[in-house]
Amino acid sequence: MTARAPRRWQEARIARIAPLTPRIVQVELEAPIPAHRAGQHLDVRLTAPDGYQAQRSYSICSAPGAPRVALAIERLEDGEVSPYFHEVAEPGDTFEVRGPIGGHFVWREQDGGPLLLVAGGSGIAPLVAIARHRAATARGLPTLLVYSARTWDDLAFRDELIAMEADDPAFRIAITTTRGPKVREQDHERRLDRALTAELLAGWGGTPRHVYVCGSNGFVEAATAGLLALGVPPSHIRTERFGEAGT
Amino acid sequence: MATTRGFFGRRPDADTAKRLPPGQYLERGFPVLSAGPTPQVAPADWSFTLKVGPRAVKRWSWEEFGRLPQTEITRDIHCVTKWTKLDTRWRGVMIDDLLAAAGLEAPPTAFTLAHSFDGYTTNVPAADLLGGRAMVALAYDGKPIPPDHGGPARLLVPHLYFWKSAKWLSGLQFTERDEAGFWELRGYHMYGDPWREQRYTDDP
Ligand SMILES: Cc1cc2nc3c(=O)[nH]c(=O)nc-3n(C[C@H](O)[C@H](O)[C@H](O)COP(=O)(O)OP(=O)(O)OC[C@H]3O[C@@H](n4cnc5c(N)ncnc54)[C@H](O)[C@@H]3O)c2cc1C
Repeated sequence: MTARAPRRWQEARIARIAPLTPRIVQVELEAPIPAHRAGQHLDVRLTAPDGYQAQRSYSICSAPGAPRVALAIERLEDGEVSPYFHEVAEPGDTFEVRGPIGGHFVWREQDGGPLLLVAGGSGIAPLVAIARHRAATARGLPTLLVYSARTWDDLAFRDELIAMEADDPAFRIAITTTRGPKVREQDHERRLDRALTAELLAGWGGTPRHVYVCGSNGFVEAATAGLLALGVPPSHIRTERFGEAGT
Repeated sequence: MATTRGFFGRRPDADTAKRLPPGQYLERGFPVLSAGPTPQVAPADWSFTLKVGPRAVKRWSWEEFGRLPQTEITRDIHCVTKWTKLDTRWRGVMIDDLLAAAGLEAPPTAFTLAHSFDGYTTNVPAADLLGGRAMVALAYDGKPIPPDHGGPARLLVPHLYFWKSAKWLSGLQFTERDEAGFWELRGYHMYGDPWREQRYTDDP
């Protein structure tokens, strides 16, 4: 499998920009980029008046085939690029993108399942793309989304994901909040450690064939250590690491 | 090139700017990137195999490897996800010394594939590993390399993007042809020179 990443930078125009949570904005783009696979990212390049440029990567949170490509960008205090999208960017503004990029942290319909998605904080971005793609192409595929965030209001895409669960009994979402109370009876209020991972997998009853874990390095280390201890083969686990610790 | 309205950026100082390859920014922490979970490799289970094609020509246990001559180097490292970290300090066995210890005077072929305990591979031309440019690193910043940064041992080829510096290294294989490794099969550049910004397959 050779995945070719397009070489050219393309102009992207912001069509819509709206908060998902107090710390994450969704940026919807009009950009001539080729079709993406769920889980891939874009490289973003901003240019200052004197030609100075800054590049960062952002996961695509929209499903393949969605009318617009969307990013979910968390604000990092004193960051160079992410605060721009929170403080300055408006519809109509333009910058450059390149992609889609990434040939490993991707899920396609033919990959099947059972599917385990594990998200910490803004790490939900590529996983919501996978969940949306699954909902569109693989209804009924046994899937568990484990989603950890600081508080109930820090859960980006929360209502959509809960609606997905209501719509398809094969899709389950287990939420854990680390700095605030739970809202649904079945959810949890602690860090995702080995014990909680074991409890959630036992409650689900599935044996995951494909596991996608995305969040800060600390989160990914804790989540994957739990999965490995439970006997999930390392070759079934894909990881992507970014974002702030503390989720 | 069109400017981005309202973006001014955080400029590195002039000395730092000179050391940042195109599209890179200065990072003070040490981010971790890996395709999968971190393998825990105990020294007792560790070994390093040098192969020429399919044939193993030399194998070292952890203890034997620790007796090879070690060198300390300080280098800037560049990750394809855009961050650059300056003046990172490593200690390990230079590939020059490794080949000498295996009784090889010259590299037997022009290309290599690095292999890791988790099945990861990456290709590097043999010439890029020699002449003091690469090592099997055993220590970072004076301490054993933590597992999430690739310990017990990782390849260090700091003049190429950091995915070439394979973590959890288990061996080095000389190959006749330039064979794509894990990321090179998944859209990333065969060579990966940060100064030429060779990030992805089609980059010149
Ligand atoms: C494959 C991939 C996918 C990603 N997907 C997403 C995504 O979907 N959503 C998302 O939000 N992020 C994502 N990221 C992370 C994203 O690329 C950026 O790293 C993130 O937005 C931070 O960039 P920044 O410019 O805002 O902060 P940076 O300027 O990079 O700084 C990061 C932090 O370090 C501090 N810092 C570092 N250097 C300095 C300095 N010199 N001076 C002052 N402070 C400093 C800043 O205070 C800040 O808190 C992804 C990363 C990768 C690699």
